[in-house]
Amino acid sequence: MKHIKTLHKGTLKDSLKNGGCGECQASCQSACKTSCTVANQACQKQ
Amino acid sequence: MVHAFEMNGFYIAVDVNTGSIHSLDRITYEILKAFPYDFSADKAIQMFGEKFGVEEVKEACHEIEQLIEQGMLYSPDLDQPLLMRQIENKSGLKALCLHVAHDCNLTCEYCFASKGSYCSERRLMPEEVAFKALEYLAQNSGDRKNIEVDFFGGEPLINFEVIKRAVDYGKELEKQYNKKFYFTITTNGTLLDEEKIDYINEYMDNVVISLDGRKSIHDAMRYYRNGKGSYDEIVDAARNLVSRRGNKSYYIRGTFTNRNLDFSEDVFHIAELGFEEISIEPVVGGGQPFHITDKHIPIILDQYERLAKRILDYIKAGNKLKFYHFNINLYGGPCIQRRLVACGAGFEYLAVSPEGHFYPCHQFVGQPQFIMGDVFKGIDDPKGLSEQFKRCNILTKEKCKDCWAKYFCSGGCHANAYYTNGSIDMPNELACLMQRKRIECALMMEVALSLESA
Ligand code: SF4
Ligand code: SF4
Repeated sequence: MKHIKTLHKGTLKDSLKNGGCGECQASCQSACKTSCTVANQACQKQ
Repeated sequence: MVHAFEMNGFYIAVDVNTGSIHSLDRITYEILKAFPYDFSADKAIQMFGEKFGVEEVKEACHEIEQLIEQGMLYSPDLDQPLLMRQIENKSGLKALCLHVAHDCNLTCEYCFASKGSYCSERRLMPEEVAFKALEYLAQNSGDRKNIEVDFFGGEPLINFEVIKRAVDYGKELEKQYNKKFYFTITTNGTLLDEEKIDYINEYMDNVVISLDGRKSIHDAMRYYRNGKGSYDEIVDAARNLVSRRGNKSYYIRGTFTNRNLDFSEDVFHIAELGFEEISIEPVVGGGQPFHITDKHIPIILDQYERLAKRILDYIKAGNKLKFYHFNINLYGGPCIQRRLVACGAGFEYLAVSPEGHFYPCHQFVGQPQFIMGDVFKGIDDPKGLSEQFKRCNILTKEKCKDCWAKYFCSGGCHANAYYTNGSIDMPNELACLMQRKRIECALMMEVALSLESA
């Protein structure tokens, strides 16, 4: 394509079926402790 | 829904429902920006034909249509009832925050815990409470193997002996219940001596040390009871700890207030001290002279953008630096279920006060209306707080439903919403503005790095 370059094909939909095991790290977004954004969570299955 | 934005010379589009990311040219950027919800090629040609030339716009629209067909632009909402059921079926605790000391040797100006005491008398958590809490977590974490305990305060190292005994006890429980405990600690760094540093490096999977940045900034906020700043001791101790920590996680975290709206200077000050994992975050709350109000927001958003560009240059020059709020894993990242509920406060995550009361999270500790039982008798939640927190997510909050950033943000901080708007269902607007900007910064950095390596 000339105008658009796709850098990432998202897979959120696929995780509807396979996700939710609950093993990844907890995260808190507040300014007082662990501030890791949820979106940076490493999946424990991968 | 599609969110298109421009930053640092990059034009970027996010397809909200799939998380697909595209790098655009000026034409496709302007078109996508004009159509956040539904795309219409005819309208686009009408609107932009004159500006860019009809043939060019047609070509651009054709590419957009191809991506729509491939499910990477304007993809439909995910199955909301299914997602809602998946949230409702979530069961089992994941993490506890143990307030092992409601006492602190610093009297930080902005402390949400009322100088460590949480509006109550100063108290240390007895060993029995810590043990019971760990047992409760091991027994009530369902099928999960990985469970987490954060030692928090006040200043947790004031109660170091109980921390050590709790960790030993956790090791016993791991065998008994076939679980793996991850221990972490959040400390102001002032009590770190050689023994504690070695202990933390061996037993704590993550350690968070508080440092606000430049000495003048740090010392004006984080001082001892006698008014003396804590910068010098903390920098020495943190360097000592990190130099002996190997590959284990840590981070240096600070708070910015309206007194250092140029906080990118503080991030780089900390980087120059030799630290690579840094988080500097906005002070939470309102009503004090140092708090953040509407009028500071444009300056803060601009500062985030500068920070992102500066970090990008710094990394490209071969240095290492991770700024927590810009860490977004575009290519992996967690599953959708995780993104719906974020912190899980009130049902996956609970805080435990020194006397053993459960609260939905550490920021509610000390507010009697949020007590949800205790470690001895278990959950006792007649008001249904746990359900209220569970039902408060990006599918239910009006503001989040329509927000492009929802799957990156996951709905913000309940405590922040509650303390600013009186309801966990109404996210704090200032926090949202900053959050969306940080996500844009993170996306820009990722796009810049991927285009460079391509
Ligand atoms: S930025 Fe605000 S509105 Fe958007 S998802 Fe986060 S909390 Fe909700
Ligand atoms: S409510 Fe806020 S402070 Fe509490 S755990 Fe969630 S993100 Fe953190």
